[in-house]
Amino acid sequence: MIEQVTLTEEQRKARRRRSIALAIVLAALVALFYVATVVKFGPAILDRPL
Amino acid sequence: MAITGEHEVATTAELRLSEADPSDYFALLKPRVMSLVIFSAFVGLMVAPGSIHPFLAVVSVMCIAVGAGASGALNMWYDSDIDAVMKRTAKRPIPTGRVTPSDALGFGLVLSGFSVVTLGLLVNWLSAGLLAFTIFFYTVIYTMYLKRRTPQNIVIGGAAGAFPPMIGWACVTGSVSLDSFLLFLIIFLWTPPHFWALALFAQRDYHNAGVPMMPNVVGVESTKWQIFAYTLLTAVVGVLPFFTGLAGPVYAVLATGLGIGFIIHAYRVLRMSPSDERMQPAKSLFKFSLIYLFALFGSLLIDRLVTLGMSV
Repeated sequence: MIEQVTLTEEQRKARRRRSIALAIVLAALVALFYVATVVKFGPAILDRPL
Repeated sequence: MAITGEHEVATTAELRLSEADPSDYFALLKPRVMSLVIFSAFVGLMVAPGSIHPFLAVVSVMCIAVGAGASGALNMWYDSDIDAVMKRTAKRPIPTGRVTPSDALGFGLVLSGFSVVTLGLLVNWLSAGLLAFTIFFYTVIYTMYLKRRTPQNIVIGGAAGAFPPMIGWACVTGSVSLDSFLLFLIIFLWTPPHFWALALFAQRDYHNAGVPMMPNVVGVESTKWQIFAYTLLTAVVGVLPFFTGLAGPVYAVLATGLGIGFIIHAYRVLRMSPSDERMQPAKSLFKFSLIYLFALFGSLLIDRLVTLGMSV
């Protein structure tokens, strides 16, 4: 039989808040690297063979 | 560990089911210290010769801030035993049990890695190297070695807090110079009067925690003289950016005024009666030292903006 842990209401809410914060940070990191890549390449980012 | 029938069941505490909020993790970053780091790094970046793309400037300051926050988390991980017995720090996330020490350690290490690598990849590797060294210096040299061993702990350890403007400067120029070293020196010399003023009125706390701060080791009188000496040095070095050409006359006037104010506060501490248990002059010096540093770096910024405005 598998033992299951039941989270209290407060633990469940806290975990959800941490998950949301982590998702926001990850999305911000993606945006940061995307914009920084465009900034560092400058107009040359469009200069590529088709 | 509870035992039910033939199964061993871990209790909630043993499973470390966390009730920590994101705000608890944010508190691990020592946000108030971070605000000074952000401001001094920003000023270092603004007064450095050369230019940097505004977005990369924001990234630079953010990385320096996160790196400083990571050192704060690592410091709280290692010092949680001391924090628990000091009034000022007893409500931090680890002593209160909201975040476990190992979670704080992981958090600090991950943020250290991210901040250094991001700064290196997006800005330059000299500033990333300086940031990595700052984190190492604050965590290993100051927190793990100096803090519990010598009354010179915050003198030498002060170097960690002095690096941010130098890193900001390196983000723009890719180098270090005499002027960026001056910015470092101002914060380095400012640190002892700032922390020893606190150590004077929090002497009992530091005694209980077993941290050998200067007043606990050499006594109040000697500490007062050392505070005065470092304050004089800070006030003098604070004006030097005018003489090296880093700043103009606007800065010279403001820095001189602030320096005189700083010296007056330190002098009041020097004259403080040994029977004064409230230590109001020390509390005033502690507050003024914060105003001094923010205002001094603010003056550098104002001076640079005035110069830029005149050249347009």
